[in-house]
Amino acid sequence: MPKSIEELQAICKRVRRDIIEMTGAAKSGHPGGSLSAVEIVVELFFDYMRIDPRNPKWPDRDRFILSKGHAAPVLYAVMAEAGFADTPIAQLNTLRKLGSMYQGHPDVRFIPSLEASTGSLGEGLSLALGMALGARLDGRSCRTYVMLGDGEIQEGQVWESAMAGAFHKVDNVVAIVDYNGIQLDGFVKDIMEIAPVADKWRAFGWHAIEIDGHDLPAIQKALREAEATKGRPTCIVAHTIKGKGVSFMENNPKFHGTAPSPAEVALALQELQ
Amino acid sequence: MPIKTKFEVKLGAATREAFGRTLVELGRENKDIVVCDADLSKSTMTTYFAKEFPDRFFSIGIAEANMVGIAAGLASAGKIPFASSFSAFLMTKGFEQMRVCAAYPKVNLKVVGTHSGISIGEDGPSQMSVEETALACSLVGFVVLAPADETATKALVRLAAAHVGPVFIRTGRPKVPIVYAADQKFEIGKAIEAVEGSDVAIVVNGLLVAQAILASQTLEDEGISARVIDMHTVKPLDREAIRRAAAETGAMVVAEEHLVDAGLGVRVAQVVAETAPCPMEFVGIHDTYAESGQPDELLEKYGLVARDVAAAVRKVVARKR
Repeated sequence: MPKSIEELQAICKRVRRDIIEMTGAAKSGHPGGSLSAVEIVVELFFDYMRIDPRNPKWPDRDRFILSKGHAAPVLYAVMAEAGFADTPIAQLNTLRKLGSMYQGHPDVRFIPSLEASTGSLGEGLSLALGMALGARLDGRSCRTYVMLGDGEIQEGQVWESAMAGAFHKVDNVVAIVDYNGIQLDGFVKDIMEIAPVADKWRAFGWHAIEIDGHDLPAIQKALREAEATKGRPTCIVAHTIKGKGVSFMENNPKFHGTAPSPAEVALALQELQ
Repeated sequence: MPIKTKFEVKLGAATREAFGRTLVELGRENKDIVVCDADLSKSTMTTYFAKEFPDRFFSIGIAEANMVGIAAGLASAGKIPFASSFSAFLMTKGFEQMRVCAAYPKVNLKVVGTHSGISIGEDGPSQMSVEETALACSLVGFVVLAPADETATKALVRLAAAHVGPVFIRTGRPKVPIVYAADQKFEIGKAIEAVEGSDVAIVVNGLLVAQAILASQTLEDEGISARVIDMHTVKPLDREAIRRAAAETGAMVVAEEHLVDAGLGVRVAQVVAETAPCPMEFVGIHDTYAESGQPDELLEKYGLVARDVAAAVRKVVARKR
């Protein structure tokens, strides 16, 4: 059910608080790349995608694959806020603990409502293409969204799948690159430059759109443009800020794969009032 | 259904050919059967399917990792995807995708490697797959099949399609001797006693089955009664057939067109060690890469013919006494 921008912004704030609390409780995890993806994942689950959290295996649902599986906290928090039965809000703080459904990376064995188990980078777009081709064979109008990390597109398989997506004209797939500029070892440009990102996707035959990945109306517009684009898939290159929403985490490579300390959790939650 | 009459070598179709033909039959019966290939459809024989069902055939180009991922996605969308290429490329380049996108989430993916073993021949070691059974068996929850002839391939491809869960099937390039009558029954995980015998058991699969049967006939003339067990399912193993063979014969040879370091032999030996320890010998490729040559020449040179199986049997029978 579509929501107003104000409602979506309020959900984004709750999701950011969830991410901080759950990674803080876990004492490990990937808060930075979870925070950068909040607006996009919230927009998809709370506004744009045709899904029914009470009927997660509805055959005509839209699909979302978090190919950058290490950003699991944002997906867990959003699914919990959206009300899927297998992602209870009360359990979010069990993230990464033995027996928790909130595994370190998304795992369909623990959360059947997930579309895919991810965590090994580079694989999600291939899976998305397969799901989308299957939907096309069945004449279903559902769409498949896949979020990739910017560092992730250093994986060769991403470009194998980019080539295949254009060749097979899989226009019911949308790839979204969370271009926050930071990967584990530091700034992407210092580890392995990926620019020009949009040009690369265009060169592979995709329609590419560049947006501010924290601007909800811009995300909505891009998703509509992607849906209106026929005969080729669309890549949304979303310029984002790693650690977005928490001043000391923003653009700080440390918070790619380090959880906030208890003091940092308290500070962050103050900022996210 | 043990072979009673004298076994004579009569060449049948290659197992890859039987795979390609069976896919078409399956395609006619079930619209959910889809096929992915990585620019080798004229060799893997998925080309037959591609011609009859172009909408359900996906050319992925030379990109095995992506192919496995796409096929896993198709499975998640409710299709029964067969992804095929040469074993050498498919299992190594697609292994990680089989692990994370199929084995771990228990996806209904079917992977068929063709041109397995050294019997691909002239193309040489870069195309020869002598390790993929080990890799396939290390994928949790995968069923791993290695048919001996066209009848076995036809049956096992059908069983793979009907099985819910990931499956790997190992097929080969050359024409192979017909082992089974067309009405032979197959069951995943149930070995076939191709030849009855009481002095020694030969556990074998793939194109070595015919060689083992030939060896058993030579041995019979020497007064050695050799049981030949076709272990067409490498995973899950028919533990009871192995235990019974080891307990009843007290000596065992395992023969395979694969590295002995990590294939059928070590898996069978584990069961023997756990259930009914007995002397064992192993026929296979011993820590080497082969070379170019005609398939028959290579099998002869690298010790994978009836003569080699018989020699291993004599050795193990001597150890028994």
